[in-house]
Amino acid sequence: MIEPLLPEPLLTVDGLTKRYGRRLACDGIGFTLDAGEVLAVVGESGSGKSTLLSLIAGEVTADAGTVSYRMRDGATRDLAALSVVDRRALMRTDWGFVRQDATQGLRMAVSAGGNVGERLMGVGDRHYGRIRATALDWLARVEIAPDRVDDPPTRFSGGMRQRLQIARNLVTAPRLVLMDEPTSGLDVSVQARLLDMIRGLVAELGLAVIIVTHDLAVARLLSHRVLVMRGGRVIETGLTDQVLDDPQAAYTQLLVSSVLAA
Amino acid sequence: MNAQVQIQVTASPGTGYNFAYLDEGTKRMIRRAILKAIAIPGYQVPFAAREMPMPYGWGTGGVQVTAAILGSSDVLKVIDQGADDTTNAVSIRRFFTATAGIATTTRTAEATVIQTRHRIPEAPLAEGQVLVYQVPIPEPLRFLEPRETETRQLHALAEYGLMHVKLYEDIARHGHIATTYAYPVEVAGRYVMDPSPTPKFDNPKMDDCPALQLFGAGREKRIYAIPPYTRVRSLDFEDHPFRVQSFDRPCALCGAEDVYLDEVVLDDAGGRMFVCSDTDHCETRRADGHTGEAA
Amino acid sequence: MTSLPPLLAFDDVAKSFTLHLRGGAVLPVIAGATLAVHPGECVVLGGASGAGKSSLLKMAYGNYRCAAGAIRVRDGARVVDLATAAPREILGLRRTTLAYVSQFLRVIPRVGARAVVEAAGIEGGLAPEAARSRAADLLTRLNLPERLWGLPPATFSGGEQQRVNIARGLIADRPILLLDEPTASLDAENRAVVVALIAEKRAAGAGILGIFHDADVREAVATRIVDVAAFRGAMAA
Repeated sequence: MIEPLLPEPLLTVDGLTKRYGRRLACDGIGFTLDAGEVLAVVGESGSGKSTLLSLIAGEVTADAGTVSYRMRDGATRDLAALSVVDRRALMRTDWGFVRQDATQGLRMAVSAGGNVGERLMGVGDRHYGRIRATALDWLARVEIAPDRVDDPPTRFSGGMRQRLQIARNLVTAPRLVLMDEPTSGLDVSVQARLLDMIRGLVAELGLAVIIVTHDLAVARLLSHRVLVMRGGRVIETGLTDQVLDDPQAAYTQLLVSSVLAA
Repeated sequence: MNAQVQIQVTASPGTGYNFAYLDEGTKRMIRRAILKAIAIPGYQVPFAAREMPMPYGWGTGGVQVTAAILGSSDVLKVIDQGADDTTNAVSIRRFFTATAGIATTTRTAEATVIQTRHRIPEAPLAEGQVLVYQVPIPEPLRFLEPRETETRQLHALAEYGLMHVKLYEDIARHGHIATTYAYPVEVAGRYVMDPSPTPKFDNPKMDDCPALQLFGAGREKRIYAIPPYTRVRSLDFEDHPFRVQSFDRPCALCGAEDVYLDEVVLDDAGGRMFVCSDTDHCETRRADGHTGEAA
Repeated sequence: MTSLPPLLAFDDVAKSFTLHLRGGAVLPVIAGATLAVHPGECVVLGGASGAGKSSLLKMAYGNYRCAAGAIRVRDGARVVDLATAAPREILGLRRTTLAYVSQFLRVIPRVGARAVVEAAGIEGGLAPEAARSRAADLLTRLNLPERLWGLPPATFSGGEQQRVNIARGLIADRPILLLDEPTASLDAENRAVVVALIAEKRAAGAGILGIFHDADVREAVATRIVDVAAFRGAMAA
């Protein structure tokens, strides 16, 4: 559920700019995101959408612009001004990051339970039984059978790995989750199951999500608002169904018309 | 400015080597690393490890630390897995006898410097003694995080959740913390440290120890330290607390209980016995009249 | 009538599509559309197909943008102009005020019919128990066999899907209903159920704007018919 008209957005992105040599990967991107709101960033490869996500997560340093976040204490802070300690603590408690490539988002040599438990141990939980019970609970919520808790993700299918990533991220009840093409590379039926699960968890937990996708159907299913990017710029933004059903920009019309049935 | 560093040459009489093999400049460099390590307990200090006249894996890190701290009046003891008479221990002892001309001993109580591989002596250490550990892999987080840049960051920020992931994996797989050696410890409430491949049986001896403990890793070029009387805590879970191994029998030779035992195979028919891993401890006890069932 | 503004008011609304993929051709659909829907009214849009009836409904739901004019929605004590409202405001209105029943059910795989309807009720502000019992009531009235309730509607026939869609659109107590041919693929019995449901909504004070091609249904539900051709006339002028 969206908390209506909060005084401060959860996330404020302002003028984010990143150059790689002469190429502008992101050119003055700005938007706000409220608690519980799902924003899809759509565009083709090279549009700058993944760079935008990396900039927001602080994994890539911006040439210009700011990312501000309303912390759990209610104060909105410029993430670049946070200490490394505070930023990392934020990333592993109040934020999540679900990666396209599960091997980048999971510890492949660690069991599923250990993967889910890591964030708990990271915030100081030192009770094995409790950590394991929480891990089992989260595995159930992402439909991974309890008898797989001690298997490493190397023995999991692509869809299971993504579900494990989601559990691993959500275990600390974050308020903001970044997702980078979480369903690409999966079979269609596996995608549908994963999307449905994400949709359910997002609604149930009131998560704010920024999801980067090239798949307009994913954007339609999951997001409230959409940001269409091309060449590092925002081409069009608005209510998801409005942008997809009544696109204004030439590029968005091209994008929408290129899809079989969004 | 072109100030010449005055290198004092302290040749070891009759050997052709400088005292304790390393040149004085190198020893000073290593001592600086040691001082820094003592100042930041448990922190891995990089140092410019030298090639030593022995292969990696034979204790080149420990040997360099020992070489840097030895004085002519020191008495050196070297143990390998608790024994003074194994090849490694004998070689290192002879190395320093030859290059430094110092006295050596097998008696823990008599030694001022004890270089060790994989054990801490059973006899309590005393103030003024230095225990030098040979370390193969100094980074306790390496198992789960292969990136050195990331492990340094984790140490810098004291983010040690990952260390517990390792222990979690142990319990998940074995039902208990199955790590029996190189069991990670937290030093002085700050840095998590690999105590080198000593059995976890020895971990409690590191805590509040009156002796100075120095750790040298030659191949990985790291030195770290536990100053005397420093809190050393073995990591664990509330519901799976740290426990040392216990042996259900005493030493077959000296009858000692509460010591670390080695299994010795006696014959091809499966005959075996358990004896003190610490040979000096065992001999001292037997000299004092203690006997075990096989003695 | 009280002095309250209408639930929904179009004020000189225009809509055109600029087709960038066809050399920027501008396709005008509607101009000068002005109409109002008050509580208890069921305003039916008339006119030939392609006259822009569906576009008007979609604009009223914030699904299409306005080229000109204002679409005022009464939301409690305030009035929001959909033409200029921020996406979040439109989403807020959809939760509290605007219900939209299209001809087609866009559903999520794996979610059962009853759960789909229930979820819409909860999103529209009903307590979970109320949503659950209302979903059952509606599906029963719409003659959807109970054995189908647990199944995902994706596997249903067109008529069954449409009944789920109607139940979903009507379960919550939103004051404005936008109905785009909700009876298109229903048999006479179920058409009658929908007519009755619309009458109940009107009696409860809801305002309805709808498109009904079936003449019988149109006669049965309409309190007023607005010919959309007039809005095209203004455009031609």
